Amino acid sequence: MSDTALTAPRSTNPFAGLMSGTLGPVLVVVLAIFAIWYVAAVALNTPFQQDMYERANQTDVPMSQLVRDTLAQERPVLPAPHQVIVEIWNTTVEKKITSKRSLIYHSGITLSSTLLGFLIGTLLGILLAVGIVHSRVLEKSLMPWVISSQTIPILAIAPMIIVVLNAVGVSGLLPKAMISTYLSFFPVTVGMVKGLRSPEVIHMDLMHTYSATRLQAFWKLRLPYAVPYLFTSMKIGMAASLVGAIVGELPTGAVAGLGARLLAGSYYGQTIQIWSALLMAAFLAGSLVALIGALEKLTLKRMGMAR
Amino acid sequence: MLTAAEIEDGLEDAMSSQANRVIDIDNLSLTFETNDGPVHALSDIDLKIEEGDFVSFIGPSGCGKTTLLRVIADLEQPTAGSITVNGVSPEQARINRAYGYVFQAAALYPWRTIAKNVALPLEIMGLSREEQQQRIQKNMELVNLAGFENKYPWQLSGGMQQRASIARALAVEPDLLLMDEPFGALDEIVRDHLNEQLLQLWAKTNKTVVFVTHSIPEAVFLSTKIVVLCPRPGRIYDVIESDLPRDRNLDIRETPEFLKIAHRVREGLKAGHSYED
Repeated sequence: MSDTALTAPRSTNPFAGLMSGTLGPVLVVVLAIFAIWYVAAVALNTPFQQDMYERANQTDVPMSQLVRDTLAQERPVLPAPHQVIVEIWNTTVEKKITSKRSLIYHSGITLSSTLLGFLIGTLLGILLAVGIVHSRVLEKSLMPWVISSQTIPILAIAPMIIVVLNAVGVSGLLPKAMISTYLSFFPVTVGMVKGLRSPEVIHMDLMHTYSATRLQAFWKLRLPYAVPYLFTSMKIGMAASLVGAIVGELPTGAVAGLGARLLAGSYYGQTIQIWSALLMAAFLAGSLVALIGALEKLTLKRMGMAR
Repeated sequence: MLTAAEIEDGLEDAMSSQANRVIDIDNLSLTFETNDGPVHALSDIDLKIEEGDFVSFIGPSGCGKTTLLRVIADLEQPTAGSITVNGVSPEQARINRAYGYVFQAAALYPWRTIAKNVALPLEIMGLSREEQQQRIQKNMELVNLAGFENKYPWQLSGGMQQRASIARALAVEPDLLLMDEPFGALDEIVRDHLNEQLLQLWAKTNKTVVFVTHSIPEAVFLSTKIVVLCPRPGRIYDVIESDLPRDRNLDIRETPEFLKIAHRVREGLKAGHSYED
C-alpha cells in the first residue's frame, strides 16, 4: 500500500523523477549559479559600459545592445561565465602543454608543490599525532605550538619562509611546498590525535588483558581505528595544501604556477585570466579531494569497514 | 609474635594450596576518590574460588560485582587487602595469560574477520601461523561458529558476536574464564540457549568460570557457587553453595531445588537493601 502511495506522484509529475535523483538538484544549483553570475556581470559592468557610450557620444543604446556589450568587455569587472570558459578552453586545449601560456603547464607547477607539501605535511602530522597520543610531555609541549602556528595569517608568514629558505640556499619547489606543509600538517595532526584516541575503553581494556605492549596496541588497535579519521583530515589537508602552494607563489614573484597567473592577471587587469585561474584551482582542489575520497572507499572496503 | 588469627590464616593458606585454589581474596577493599568524596566500591571482600568452580557474582547496579571481576583481571587496583590468582598477584597472572576475559559487549574489531578476531590474542602472544590456525579452528567449533571464519562482525547476530568473543577468550587457553554480563544485551531466548551452551562448554573444558550477572535465574542455572553482593559499600552479603547436579539442562529451572536457591538469592538481594531505590 505504501508502495503505490510513494510511486503514484512520480508517474503524474514528469519532474518528480528528475528531482528524486542527484542529477536534478545538482543541475538546478549549477543553473542558479550561472543565472546569478550573468545578472551580476551585467550589473557590475554597466557603469563602465555607459562611460564608453558617453565618450563615443552614443545615446539611446537599446537594452539588448547594453547587455550584449557588458558581457563582451575585454577587461570586465566581472567576466561572464562564457568568457571564462572560452579563456580556459583557449589556454588548455588550444595551447601546447609546454607553452608558458598554457593553464595546464601552470597547474602542473602548482600541483607538484601541492603534492610534495601535502606528502610532507601528512607524514609530519601523523608523526606529531603519534607522539602526542603516547606522551603527556609531548602533548603539553607540542600542542600549544601546533595550534598557535595556525593562528598566524599564512599571507604574513609565507614571504618569511621563502626569504629564510632562500637565505640558506633552498629554492625552487621546496619553499613553496613548505608553505603547503605548514597548512596541511595541522588538520592531519588534530584528526589523527582524535583518531588514535578513538578506540573505546573496552577495546583498550581488551589489549590490557592480553598484556599487549604499547607498540602492539598501536599497530593492532589505534592505527586501524584512526584510518577513517586520517582520510577525512587528509581531504582538508589537501585543499589547504593547494591554497598554500598558490599563496606561496604570490610573494615570490613566481613566473609560473596558478598563483603567478593570478598575480600577472591582476597586474594587467586581466580579470578573465584571473577567473580562469581561480576556476582551474577550484577544479584541481575538487579533483584531488575526490581522489582521496576514492582512495578512502577502496581502503575501507579492503579493511572490511565499508558496508 | 603471631596472633591466633594469623596462625589460622597461615594454616588456611597451607591447606588451600593443596585444594587447588584459583582465586584467594582476603579483606579486599577498593575506594575510588571522586570529586564528591570517596566512593567505597568494594569493602572487606573475602572470597575463595576453587578449581573447576562456576561462580556467579549477582547484585544490583553499583554493588561492585564488575569492579571485583576487574580487580581479579588486574584492570582495577585494590586499595587495601590482598588477592592472589593462581597463587600469584593479578598482574603476574595477567602476564602469565592465566585468564580469558569476556566483556559486556563483544568488542570485536570491525576491520577483522571473525577468524582474525579470534587470532588477535594469538598474534599478540606471538604464536606460529599453524598454531594460530589450529586454535582458531578448535575454538570456533567449540562455540558452534565453524563456517563463519571469513565473515565480518557486522554480518553476525548479537548472540553470534558474543560467541565469537568467547572463542577469542578461550583461544588463549586459560584455565580461568572471567565473564562480565556477557549475555546482558541479548534477548531471553538467545540468552537461554547460550547459557546451555556455556554449561556444555564448561563441562567439556573443565575451566574455572567467574560470571557476573544481574539475572537470578541465570546465576542459579549456571553456578556451583553464587555470591550475592549489595551496594553502598559494595560487599558480600551471602555465598550460596549450589547442590544442583553439575550436569543440568534448562528444565531444572522448574524443580523445587532450583526455586529454593533462587528464593534464597532473592531474599539475600532484598535483605541487602537492593530493592530500596
